[in-house]
Amino acid sequence: MNMNRRKIFTTAAALACVAALAACSKKSTPNLEAGNTAIPGSEQDFTVNVGDRVFFAEDQSTLSPEAQETLRRQAQWLQKYAAVTVQVEGHADERGTREYNIALSARRATAAREFLIAQGVAASRISSIAYGKERPAALCDAEQCWSQNRRAVTVITGGAKTS
Amino acid sequence: MHNAQPMISIFFRLRSIALALAVLAIAGLSGAAQAQTEIDITGGRIDPLPIAIAPFLAGGGAEEPASTISTVIANDLGRSGYFAPIDPQTFIEQITSFEQMPGFASWRQIQAKALVTGQVFDEGGKLRVEFRLWDVNTAQQLAAQQFTASPKNARRIGHMIADIIYKAMTGIDGYFDTRVVFVSEQGPKDKRIKTLVIMDQDGFNVRPLSDGSDLVLTPRFSPSTNEITYMSFGKGDPRVYLMNIDTRQREIVGEFPNMSFAPRFSPDGQRVIMSLQDGGNANIFELDLRSRQLRQLTNVPAINTAPSYSPDGSQITFESDRGGTQQIYVMGADGSNQNRISFGDGRYSTPVWSPDGSYIAFTKQGGGKFAIGVMKPDGSGERILTEGYHNEGPTWAPNSRVIMFFRDTQGESGGPQLWSVDITGYNEQRVPVEGFGSDPAWSPKLN
Repeated sequence: MNMNRRKIFTTAAALACVAALAACSKKSTPNLEAGNTAIPGSEQDFTVNVGDRVFFAEDQSTLSPEAQETLRRQAQWLQKYAAVTVQVEGHADERGTREYNIALSARRATAAREFLIAQGVAASRISSIAYGKERPAALCDAEQCWSQNRRAVTVITGGAKTS
Repeated sequence: MHNAQPMISIFFRLRSIALALAVLAIAGLSGAAQAQTEIDITGGRIDPLPIAIAPFLAGGGAEEPASTISTVIANDLGRSGYFAPIDPQTFIEQITSFEQMPGFASWRQIQAKALVTGQVFDEGGKLRVEFRLWDVNTAQQLAAQQFTASPKNARRIGHMIADIIYKAMTGIDGYFDTRVVFVSEQGPKDKRIKTLVIMDQDGFNVRPLSDGSDLVLTPRFSPSTNEITYMSFGKGDPRVYLMNIDTRQREIVGEFPNMSFAPRFSPDGQRVIMSLQDGGNANIFELDLRSRQLRQLTNVPAINTAPSYSPDGSQITFESDRGGTQQIYVMGADGSNQNRISFGDGRYSTPVWSPDGSYIAFTKQGGGKFAIGVMKPDGSGERILTEGYHNEGPTWAPNSRVIMFFRDTQGESGGPQLWSVDITGYNEQRVPVEGFGSDPAWSPKLN
């Protein structure tokens, strides 16, 4: 059952990638093969098989249906591996002013964190931080990069399996 | 940092010269006079005043500081856009005595309107510097002064003389004896190392204030000029800090449950205003630095940030997206009467009140461009000074005539650089500092 659901989600994610190629390139390109070999409950398992990040529209912090799907998968995984703690990093693209982007990225981190909590993950397991436009993931001067930088990334801070 | 010791001693020396400086008015050869050759800076484009700066005479082996001081004066005045220093190669008269009347006819012949003469003596390790400013047309002395200082402070003496000349010719206080604190940026865009740096206003004497291990943003000067407040991510715990520039001692401004950011001092230096994040909202708070009492000034479920006091401390301008997009607001210093003042097309942010109280400078986004502009505190009289791919974060020179900001360049290897522009929108200049820099903050006058 679990496997089936994951397959559906993977297909949905793949379709979403076709629709918005740039938005998914970051997570789908590096570890396509490693996905099958990732140790369940490891950081790699989380990043590759679950998806560690969600993306936002310009100057927005609303969670899209795709973002909600990713966060639901994250919540399921976090409930399965109850020792894992995470930090949600909020980020903004470079097309905003510094102070506002800090607050905007905090808003995005809060939206993702609150969604995880609503899905049943204990609030004490999720911290958050706002990076504003200080740590872009993609480095070009075009929407295809900016859309990858408007993100909330769930980073494992402890409790993941290593073997 | 390995050079902490020398840095501190430099600062002590700089601080002490204000006291050690003997500033004497020199008895004029023809008596002090009102400038008849004045620069009219009330209009739009300014016709720069041709000024001849005669190479300062040197005695006691002071050739190097004499040349430094002449160069600094010419550079400061030229960069201001209000003066056009004349190439010394074209001078007909070579000044050989500070006490002798210049031959004004020869200075008129090269179209000089003003003439600066000076001399520098090294008197056993101390510099004695004298200068005179002449109105070439009337052959009258407009200003004269004598300084004594350590040879290390030759550049500062040059800035102080340039300030006196600027004031004599424009009627406005100069801004050359000032510093700028900013964030120096190194490394690739996704792993930028950011360091707090202080320098003289003209890009010289660049010294680091932090070691690059923590991400630092938005430094701002205290009115006393020896303290800054800024945001640091620390070890994953973003907070507002204070730093004493002389000792480089720093402290967290307060332990709050969430991130604090976008700090700025009150004009009396006794308070810091900043944003505190609470979930998806940011509101503006005032912290009394003596009592450490925190007072909430805005309480709106929105992003309220980038606060800046009016120079009399009675009002605060800030940005808020409470109406849907970033706009500029003004409120009483106690949080009363929060009114929106920006109503043009686009998003308005980073408001900064001018030191003379007459304008608020801002960043404006629209149509894929980022502009720097000014408007009056009631929102009227908006003017865009510069516009392009990305201009952000204005800061005022203490005389309210020049705005410094940063301009980001496109491309993976692009990065921000510091620029300045006259309040008229003319005289856009890159600040000559190497590498990438952002978030400039101009100090008040040092003397």
